[in-house]
This record gives sequence, structure tokens and C-alpha cells, in this order.
Amino acid sequence: MRARRVSLAAILLGIPLGVGLFTFRYAEGLSYLSNNPRTCINCHIMNDEYNAWEKSGHHHVATCNDCHVPHDFIGKYMAKARNGWNHSRAFTMQDFPEPIMIGPVNARILQDNCVRCHEPLVADTLLRSPEHAGGVACVHCHKNVGHGPSR
Amino acid sequence: MTQNNVPPPARLNRTRFLLIVILTALVTFAVTALLTNIFQRKQEAKNLYVRFVDVREDTTDPEVWGKNWPREYDSYKKTDEPTRTRFGGHGGSESLPQEKAQRDPWLARAFAGYAFSLDYRDRRGHIHMLYDQEHTARVTQRPQPGSCLHCHASIIPTYRRVGEGDVMAGFDKLCKLSYAQANAEVQKTGSMNPVGVGEGKTEFQHVAGAHPVACVDCHDPASMQLRVTRPGFIRGIKAYMAGQGQPDFDPNRDATRQQMRTYVCAQCHVEYYCGPKTTLFFPWNNGLRVEQIESYYDGYKFPDGHRFYDWKHAETGAELLKAQHPEFEFWNQGVHSAAGVACADCHMPYERQGAMKVSDHWVRSPLLNIQRACQPCHAVPEEELKARVDRIQDRHFNLLTRTGHALVDFLDTFKALRAPWNQANQAAATAAAQEKLAKDEAFAKLSADDQAAKLKETAAGILNDRWSEHVYADPQLKAIAELQRQGQWRLDFVAAENSMGFHAPQEGARVLGEAIDLLRQAQLLTQKYTPGAVAHPAVGPGE
Repeated sequence: MRARRVSLAAILLGIPLGVGLFTFRYAEGLSYLSNNPRTCINCHIMNDEYNAWEKSGHHHVATCNDCHVPHDFIGKYMAKARNGWNHSRAFTMQDFPEPIMIGPVNARILQDNCVRCHEPLVADTLLRSPEHAGGVACVHCHKNVGHGPSR
Repeated sequence: MTQNNVPPPARLNRTRFLLIVILTALVTFAVTALLTNIFQRKQEAKNLYVRFVDVREDTTDPEVWGKNWPREYDSYKKTDEPTRTRFGGHGGSESLPQEKAQRDPWLARAFAGYAFSLDYRDRRGHIHMLYDQEHTARVTQRPQPGSCLHCHASIIPTYRRVGEGDVMAGFDKLCKLSYAQANAEVQKTGSMNPVGVGEGKTEFQHVAGAHPVACVDCHDPASMQLRVTRPGFIRGIKAYMAGQGQPDFDPNRDATRQQMRTYVCAQCHVEYYCGPKTTLFFPWNNGLRVEQIESYYDGYKFPDGHRFYDWKHAETGAELLKAQHPEFEFWNQGVHSAAGVACADCHMPYERQGAMKVSDHWVRSPLLNIQRACQPCHAVPEEELKARVDRIQDRHFNLLTRTGHALVDFLDTFKALRAPWNQANQAAATAAAQEKLAKDEAFAKLSADDQAAKLKETAAGILNDRWSEHVYADPQLKAIAELQRQGQWRLDFVAAENSMGFHAPQEGARVLGEAIDLLRQAQLLTQKYTPGAVAHPAVGPGE
């Protein structure tokens, strides 16, 4: 009697687990742990940005993650987790405003990544950080270096 | 087993069992829902279009195309909806709505003697362009040339038919017909619509009736690629590009896709001469700026040898130019043009539908769609963008009004100069008009009121024609008339353009600055006029 109940419960739990695993695989869940830029077009919403990046000046030196997530281990996976939740929630519910614009937290990460590579160029200027007096983000002017606006 | 040691735990287990079932059911439900959602998004990314029916060069009916491209067709149909912005939603000076004439009283003085104000109403969207033209009193009550249909109907198959395969020949022929005759030709051409569906075995059936601007006017039916078809534009842009060092320019062959996204609009939203004295043409040979177009008009001779002009001003007798709606020319001088932004980028912005990028065919003011029209490039809040536009348009409107007042001041001064001659010749002009109308059978059938109005109009026409001759025979008056021609052309060019300065604000200010200067110069010369240097003969009998 007890054994039958346990096995029934196991089957009942196994079904959602199976469906869940299939969904995870179908949604290419593991790819989100990688640095492959194609991961960002798992959803079609980033198609324009991806296409524009392929033609951009940074195409040969930087992929999505090089600019859009921090480069320390914890920061990187925190950013992936936070954006992963926000983006998949928004894309599933389809309740986001368009055109999509970068938020302050991600803008900060982006700016740090500009400086990370271009440090020697901006070392002696106030342009290192938008929070400095009179400072502006690099992409305020260089808005097409990664991927231009979609047209 | 006895009854004593079973009951309580069994109950608990059963409750827990049920709870687990409900919970796992909920989890499975949610995960499956997510799965189908992901499936749906993945399908979106694959979804292109299905070509249900064949369309050809002579399929002018947009509804047929709509079967293949329902998204574009649906948005095109929205041009049915009336729209309004602060300054827009009604035309420029060419289709004056009542409220604008009241707001800008100088407009009525500026166009004295020009027949444009016979009937004017709110400008409507693309889908209404043909109906509105067929029914305006300007067309039903005044004779108009067939060239008007160049832009108001899906006319290319008619040009091809009438020109026996040669679109340009058909265009020249149709321009020579009256509006009613040309319209009948377009109705007769109708649309070739597909019947029976199936690859390679589609048959086409003739359906009579005309359509307003439609898919085939801007899209190649085989590839859906953008293309231009209007003869006026093809000739105009070729002449313009030749002056820019690009001889034999064919936009369909030589233009980039981004240029085409402007050129399809520039087929009609431009300055042109529509007739009737000569075939419709775009005055771009010398360039697109206001003074370059002016220089082309100044050098242009009508077939009768007379210098180009649109009408004689009723108050001054000067031979003036009337601007149409030079949006393309004016936009060309602006910062968006310099940055490579096309008409379609702001007026037909892309919209995401699923994974598809669809160009919005509800062509309208970008101010009604700031999110998609402006924000893809300008990542600033909507309110700020609106405020920027307001600032530009406010300044422009104020300068425009100021220029209008300069014109009215000049006209008031000139009125005093002409008044004595008018008084001396009014009676003779009325007599000449009576004599002329006595021979007119239609005049005799009019009511007394209409007869009086017609007599007054005819007399004023005779008086003004004679005065105009004096103007061009008297060097002092001629200099004034030339200044008015130049100044008013600049004022009208800017006023007729539909963007309240936004397409090129700095150019607008430059042109209006010149206009103010020229009109004030005209006023000064009028004040300095020395009467009697040249005799002004009176209106004689039998004129």
C-alpha cells in the first residue's frame, strides 16, 4: 500500500519534471550559460540588433556579452540571472514598451565595458564615467559602434 | 488490521496526496503553457508571407494585393482615419481650411485673384485622394487638365494603354486631355484582378473603375521591391541629377534602397507645374533650393513665348508664382536629410508584428507616432521630443506670420498708389465688361445676383489685365512687381510646405528672412514712386 503510494507520487512528480526538462531543452536553456551571441537571438526580438552587430565595427572584437555583462564571475552571473528573469518575463507576457531602451543598471555595465578596453584612451579625461561632473556615456555619441538603431 | 490504528494517519495521507496532485497539476499546467508560448514565439520567427494570389503591373486594386500582404494593406486602410496635429491635418495654402484663413488673414490678400479658394476642406489620407479630387468644386466647376490625375490615381497602366506600351507617350497624351476625359480613361483601364488561384494558371479579369495611389505605384509586383513610376518625377530627378554630375540617372536602376524610401514619396510631394499651358513638369533642372527653382521658372517660356507665371495678383497686377507643396525639396535642405533619414523612416516607421518588421502604411505625421518614428534614433522621453518640435514650429510660425504681415503692409501701400488709376478707369472697365458679357449666352441665363457678381468679376479682370500691362511698361512699377514676385514666392514656398518648418528649420528661417527683406524693399520702392514719369493709358472702349 505504502509502496504503491510512493510510486504514484513519483510518477506524478516525474511528469512535470519531464515536461520541464523538455521545455528547458526546447528553449535552449543551457545556451544562456555560454558566451555565444546567437543565444541572444533565441528570441527573435533581438534579430535587428544581431544583424546590425554583424555589420558593425566591433563585430571582430566583441560579442554581446563582452559589452553587456560584467566580466567578474559573480557579477556576470548576477547580471545574466537578473536580465534573464526580466527579459523572459517581458517576452512571455509581451508587455514591454517599444523601441526597447537600455535601463540604468545595464547602461552602467555597458559604460564600464567601454572603458575596460579603451582605458588608455580615456584615462586622462573625465569621460571614464557618466557620474563624473560633465561626464557622458561613450554611446551617447558613439551610438552605432555596437549596433545601430533598427531601420 | 483493526479499526483503531488506521483512521487519523490515513486521512492525513489522503489530504497530502490530494495536495500533491493539485500542486503538480498546477506546475505542469504552467510549464506546458510556457512551452506553447515558446513554441509560438519560435513560429513567429519563421513566419514570412504566403502569396495567395498573383498580382501584375495592371493590378491597380490594392484590395487584391491585400490578400498577400494583409499587414501592409490593413495599415494603408487606416489612412481613412482623420488625424490632426497642432499645425497639421489640413493642407498648406493650396487647400486652405476656413480656420487657417481666419488665423492667417494675410493668406487671403497674398492669393488675391488666384482661384484656389473656391472649395477647400481638411486634407484627408491617401485612400481618399481620388474621391476628394473628383468631387472638389475646384475640379467640378473649373476646367482642369488631365495632368491632375498624375498623382491622384493609380494611373500608370492607363498611360501604358493610351501610349500603346509607352508610358511617357501616354503621359503626354493624357496631360492634354481635360480632367473628365482623362478620368474616364483611368476608369476604363480599371484593374486586372486574378481569378482562380494556382501557380502558373492564374487568369486575370478586367474590373473597371479607378483607384487612388495603390501598391503598384511604389512596388514591383514581381519582387515587391520599391520603384518609382510617375513620369513627372522620373524626368525631374533625371534633370536634377544631371546638374549634380550624374547624367542619365534612372532611380529604379541607380538609387540606393534608402534613397528609394524617399523617392517613392517625392513622386508627388513636391513643387510642380500642372498645366494647363504646358505638360506637367518638376522644375528641378537648376537644383532643389527655392532660388534655384525660381531661376528655372524665370528662364522658362510658355509655348506662347511668355515668361512662366501662375497668376496675376489682383491688387498689384504682378505675374506671380504659386508654390504647390515642396516637401521633398524643403526636406532636402534639412538635418534629417543630411543624416540619411528617409521620408519612410519617420512617416512609415517600422513596427514589430511578431518577428516581422512591417513598414506602417498608415502614412501620417510622425508626431502621432513618436515612439516608433523618433525614438528608435532619439533615445529621449517622448515629452522632450514633443517639446523640441513645438519649439521649432513655434519659432517658424512666428516668423512666417511676420513675413505675412510684411506682405500685407506692402499691399496696403501699393493700394494707395493704384487707387487713383482704378477710380478713373472703373466705369470704362465696367462698360467693357458689359459689352463682353452681352455676347455670352450663358450669362443671360444667370440670376440677377449671379449676373451682378459675374459683371463685377469680369470688370475687375479687365481692369487688372490693363493695369498689369502698365506695370511691366513702367520701369518703376516693374521693379516693384519683380520684388513682389521674388518675396512672395519665398513666403509661399515655405508656407505651402507641410511641416510648419520642421523639415528644415534653418532653411525656413533663411528663406523667410529673404522674403521679409524683399517685401519691405517693395514697400519702400512703392513709397518712393514718382507718378507721371510714365503715362498710364486708360481702359479704352471695346476692351
